[in-house]
Amino acid sequence: MGDISTKIQKFIEIFIDNNGYVKVVEGLKNTVIIAIAGLIIGILIGTLIATVRVIPKYKRLPRVLDAICSVYVGFFRGTPMVVQLLLFYYVLLPIVGGHMTGVQVAMLVFGLNSGAYISEIMRSGILSVDPGQMEGGRAMGLSFATTMRKIVIPQAVKNILPTLGNEFISLIKETSVVSFVGATDLYVAFNYIGSNSYEFMIPYLVMALIYIVMVLLISLGIKLMERSLRKSDRRH
Amino acid sequence: MIDVINLEKSFGDNKVLNGINVTIDKGDIMVVIGPSGSGKSTFLRCLNCMEDPTGGQIIFNGVDIADPKVDINIHRRHMGMVFQHFNLYNNKTVIQNIMLAPVYVRCQDLKKAKRHNLLLPVTNLFRKEKQTKQEITTTKSEIIAEARAKAEELLKRIGLEDKADVYPSTLSGGQKQRVAIVRALAMNPDVILFDEPTSALDPEMVGEVLDLMKALADEGMTMIIVTHEMGFAREVANKVVFIDDGQILESGTPEEFFGNPKNPRLRDFLSKVL
Repeated sequence: MGDISTKIQKFIEIFIDNNGYVKVVEGLKNTVIIAIAGLIIGILIGTLIATVRVIPKYKRLPRVLDAICSVYVGFFRGTPMVVQLLLFYYVLLPIVGGHMTGVQVAMLVFGLNSGAYISEIMRSGILSVDPGQMEGGRAMGLSFATTMRKIVIPQAVKNILPTLGNEFISLIKETSVVSFVGATDLYVAFNYIGSNSYEFMIPYLVMALIYIVMVLLISLGIKLMERSLRKSDRRH
Repeated sequence: MIDVINLEKSFGDNKVLNGINVTIDKGDIMVVIGPSGSGKSTFLRCLNCMEDPTGGQIIFNGVDIADPKVDINIHRRHMGMVFQHFNLYNNKTVIQNIMLAPVYVRCQDLKKAKRHNLLLPVTNLFRKEKQTKQEITTTKSEIIAEARAKAEELLKRIGLEDKADVYPSTLSGGQKQRVAIVRALAMNPDVILFDEPTSALDPEMVGEVLDLMKALADEGMTMIIVTHEMGFAREVANKVVFIDDGQILESGTPEEFFGNPKNPRLRDFLSKVL
């Protein structure tokens, strides 16, 4: 295996001398931006849907909203992310006649997709909060929405934080499909280096390493956040 | 103050309340007793529409709050409620628990008035009778400061001023229930509903909660209490009601109620619990 050192040399050559690192930085940036934007949009949509799904269904409006939400969740959980990306970029966008870059489309589709998953995570979080909390708020004359926002959802988020972290990690990793709509991500960047040096071993190893480091950092961040949110449980 | 007229409640086919008629006047302390499953808790929860009544009327300060068209939130602000399991907000500190609703409600009114004044030039264009600006006398920080002062005063009253900034999970059951009672008081309610306030407490903590309730009664607070504390009922109430099978079987002053019960089922019940 004497040629390992030559492989590394080739990789470094492309990475530094042929501006490979510019692509990698761009890919890394896109990966992170898409995942974070996807998570934020996903949390907003997911919280909204979860709230709609736990509203008592005496009246007609909540029932209609509930039906819309279940169609939404059904579609986005029922089709692969790649298919949704392609549909949005090559079908919906030309029909509407809008102009969006691949990264923008990816941010939006990742958000819509994770919204469907997060809605179920959030719903289980809301159901895990003691119903007495809702009653406590309603009995003081606060509305359903206010009690949800100020009392139930903060406690629900605390309960689902580990699962939410899971969702973020899988978003980070799923960004490797955005090359389908022409956006540069880590895979595209390292594929570029590999095809320029005719040598894929080192680039793909480094790519895997970068993903692992990112995921480890995220897990650490979640752990710290969890600890600060557990304040109200501590006895001191 | 509260007129309950022919109140009915059923869960599916199960009829829990079967035509309840009762009147509560200002300053009344009404204790509701009855065997478990008799509908006494459901009756109390119907009074502020935590359970929507399926029939009858509840006239509170002249408004039928059982009507689904009424904005129940506005009326609940004048009806405090204390629960068996306290239901303090776990994600808020003790003082935040007390301040949350008063601050929120008043800030909401303030926002509404500001919006009204801001849009007035536009909305008046379309009105025949022009409206005038609403007077705004407070600011958000003043509201918060006032609520905090009131909350601190209330905490001092129950001797928990040093617990203002801790979370409810660190309090004992009796402390939690006393905080829950002053949380209800912070809204300046016309009446407070108590749903078995001492049933989830350790025996040695029952006394402190009952003492606070007695103090409230002496101040003339209107209270409706579902409880199993017969001694408390006899001492504090001016009206005792016995509910069984979703109906009021007997009601009266504590003297005649405990001294000379007429209904055979009440006599049977009292012989078991006294």
